[in-house]
Amino acid sequence: MLENILKPWPWYVAGPVIGLTIPLLLILGNKTFGISNSMRHFCAAVIPGKVPFFQYDWKKEQWIFFFASGIIIGAFVAVNFLSNGADVDLNPQTIAELKALGVNNFNGLLPSDIFTLSELFSLKGFFFIILGGFLVGFGTRYAGGCTSGHAIMGLSNLQWPSLVATVCFMIGGFMMTHLFFPFIFKLF
Amino acid sequence: MQHSDITVQETSKWEKEHIPGNKLPHEYSRFERFIENFKYIIGGLLFGIVLIKSEVISWFRIQEMFRFQSFHMYGVIGSAVLTGIISVWLLKKFKVKALNGEQISIRPKEFSKGQIFGGLLFGFGWALTGACPGPIYAQIGAGFVTTVFTLISAIAGVWVYGRFRHKLPH
Repeated sequence: MLENILKPWPWYVAGPVIGLTIPLLLILGNKTFGISNSMRHFCAAVIPGKVPFFQYDWKKEQWIFFFASGIIIGAFVAVNFLSNGADVDLNPQTIAELKALGVNNFNGLLPSDIFTLSELFSLKGFFFIILGGFLVGFGTRYAGGCTSGHAIMGLSNLQWPSLVATVCFMIGGFMMTHLFFPFIFKLF
Repeated sequence: MQHSDITVQETSKWEKEHIPGNKLPHEYSRFERFIENFKYIIGGLLFGIVLIKSEVISWFRIQEMFRFQSFHMYGVIGSAVLTGIISVWLLKKFKVKALNGEQISIRPKEFSKGQIFGGLLFGFGWALTGACPGPIYAQIGAGFVTTVFTLISAIAGVWVYGRFRHKLPH
């Protein structure tokens, strides 16, 4: 049992558990799943400026800050106490293609070629952390939700705008990976 | 304090009609508020654990997905949606109430062109960072210090969107 917990969980365990977050939040307090909202509420709470989009009572939505804090704690617990430290069991083809682009280190969950402090203020850090993060925030708010709000919550409630959003998330990811990555990686 | 002082400006007619028992934060005692929020820490904690254990916060796994080289991510998202569809259907069918007595209700999503333009832009960011908003928090908790800057940039992106929202096609 413990051995199975320490190993990575297969999709047919993880997916249903993630899906059960929806009824859990609805039953706990009639809350709809949607984590990107936390960043909007943060803006409303801390840096609203005079922007009408951030003028509302964020305190009514503060549960999401507690949920987000929970994610940070849960991730810390999982990495430090519930993992066997094995590398991600990737398709060799993916490794080969990423090596061809210039990613060399496949230890851990994120490539240390990119996600290290020494790269943060380099061109690599600019693309993968600063620009990437900006697009995640800007894009999810523009789309009115993220993977949790649209792809999981919206689709579970059979909302067709969420299907449009989810398809566009995927198309955007395909375009970045197949069209733009070869050019971006040539810059380093 | 009068209700009108702190009522959300964006509270829609829909919300008022569907969530009549919705208490405002100041109507709870301090202890109630703590318990009220503590349960979401537990919910988030479980969610954070499953994000790590399923490796969906891994930049590598996201690349595998966008290169069609593994079923893992599609299996996770697909079975999560299927579980969600069944759960929501059951909650509606049996008119289940939330713990605080409210009738469970889910606000419908309205279509805008933002789902296309914003969706594509988020897709770009997802491939670059290997994270959507939930996983950003998990990457931070997993000890990747640089991802704190992913979060800061994402919040900046949200702010810039809010500031220039009126100029964008919707």
